[in-house]
Amino acid sequence: MHLLHVLFPSGLFTADFMVNAWIAGSAVAVLSASVGFFVVLRGASFAAHAIPRASFAGAAGAVLAGGDTLVGLAVFSGLSALGIASLSSRRHESQTTALVLTAALGLGALFLSLGNAYAPEVYALLFGQIVGISRPDVVGILLLLALALLATAILYRPLLYASVAPDVAEAKGVPRRRMDILFLLLVALAATAAVPVVGALLSFSLMVGPAAAGSYFGRGPAQSLGIGVVIGLLSVWLSLVFAYDTGMPVGFFVAAVTAVFYGLGRLWSRLSEGENAARVSP
Amino acid sequence: MAAFIASLLTLGATRTALVIGSLVAATSGAVGVFVVLRGQSFSGHALGDIGTTGAAAAYLGGISPLYGFIGVGVLGGLGIETLGERARERDVATGIVLSLMLGIGALLLYFMTQRPNPGSGPVAILFGSIFTVDPGVTGPVALFSVLVLLLLAVLYRPLVFTTVNPQVARAAGVPTTAVSLLFMLAIAVAVEESALVAGALLSTALLIGPASAAVRWTRHVGEAVALSVLLGLLAVVLGVALAYQSYAWPPLDRGWPVSFFIVMIVLLEYLLSRIGRRTRQEPATRQVP
Repeated sequence: MHLLHVLFPSGLFTADFMVNAWIAGSAVAVLSASVGFFVVLRGASFAAHAIPRASFAGAAGAVLAGGDTLVGLAVFSGLSALGIASLSSRRHESQTTALVLTAALGLGALFLSLGNAYAPEVYALLFGQIVGISRPDVVGILLLLALALLATAILYRPLLYASVAPDVAEAKGVPRRRMDILFLLLVALAATAAVPVVGALLSFSLMVGPAAAGSYFGRGPAQSLGIGVVIGLLSVWLSLVFAYDTGMPVGFFVAAVTAVFYGLGRLWSRLSEGENAARVSP
Repeated sequence: MAAFIASLLTLGATRTALVIGSLVAATSGAVGVFVVLRGQSFSGHALGDIGTTGAAAAYLGGISPLYGFIGVGVLGGLGIETLGERARERDVATGIVLSLMLGIGALLLYFMTQRPNPGSGPVAILFGSIFTVDPGVTGPVALFSVLVLLLLAVLYRPLVFTTVNPQVARAAGVPTTAVSLLFMLAIAVAVEESALVAGALLSTALLIGPASAAVRWTRHVGEAVALSVLLGLLAVVLGVALAYQSYAWPPLDRGWPVSFFIVMIVLLEYLLSRIGRRTRQEPATRQVP
């Protein structure tokens, strides 16, 4: 009984900012895990790391220009997605991602220095702060979720095809280049929603961790995607409880919990591989 | 011009920035060519961030950030090297290691800011500035640079072989696993020393930018290494000079961030190499995957 009170103190579900955090956090979890499914499938963790991180510069720019943070995040994550897409042929993708990221961060350093931003604001954007989510933020994040889910539903089959067997897909008329761009824009959409909640540095934990764990637990794409979403939701909910209890940054808990799920996934796949091997070779 | 250069060198902080910046730019430029050719940009970038967490831990523990950067960076490099075998698995494993280390870094920085006098420690570790670097680290940084370049010289032939064609190299008796592991060690030390003096942001820019441009402009790996070192030095020297100039620029009286200038010069070098490539025939280094 006592432990329950410690884990779930009053206000966890009722305080205004916590209601915002629960709604926004759940939306971000679903969105990130869905987009993350394709990130893991395509081996695009670097882009998933770089785009939210680059969008931080947009937030710093918005602070400097006195504009809306969410708009700044959207503009910079979109621009960096297009930058990565337009600079990379397949062979050079990882270094162009690095260069786009450093260019955005260089601008971010300039904006921060010009704007003389108050340090805690910067930390909140980098590492996430659950008390900072306002009602308009929640509305914006829900709109982004709806948009991204619609896009994922439409793109699901061609994007899956283009990710698993790009050559075959191209031969069958799925344009590889356009799929690359659309995929990166999806990552940008997820990043815009996730950065205000979990921060620019750890948004990609939510994209990569749950989806990677889901791919170990699930059989077939749809099941992997579904399990990834469930793990994403569990990760965010656990992290919100821990962050509220301890006052520590929510990004830390998100990174730790998703890493644990990933470790469990790897363990599970190793164990079941052994089982299958035993079954195949009697 | 001569008077301007003379004034640059007489200022202590600028002189330290030029010396130490040149050291890390040359080391990163040389290592970076192989990082680019082997497609290890993600690892190279991740190591900078991972080292930052080590530096935060060292700061909290009251020891020099240098050891935090190098120690945790080397461990992280070995972790990335051993966690993933297949390309896709390696990509995700790098991501998870990076994500976990960033999370721990977030926690450590939180502890720092909870202290009564957080000062500029956390910001310095996150963004690092080549102008505020302690001149006392020049010695260790020079030592580490020499070690990395020596390691690279020893590894050079087997590394080129392994990079160009891993299967043939393995068949010819090159210990490819050991070569890859030792090269990862070289990346880790090169990245961490530049993250220490210039911040994680510049460590990625100096590792990937000059090397990507040099690979496009040259025909042989050796030429690419030489050009990459030169381009890295050019970016640092020009960047420091511009930052020094910018103290007179609006709207600030305290100068624009040097990292901004260096990153933009590196980006310009890369973009120029892309334009140059289009007007030329086949650059030969592209035959190296």
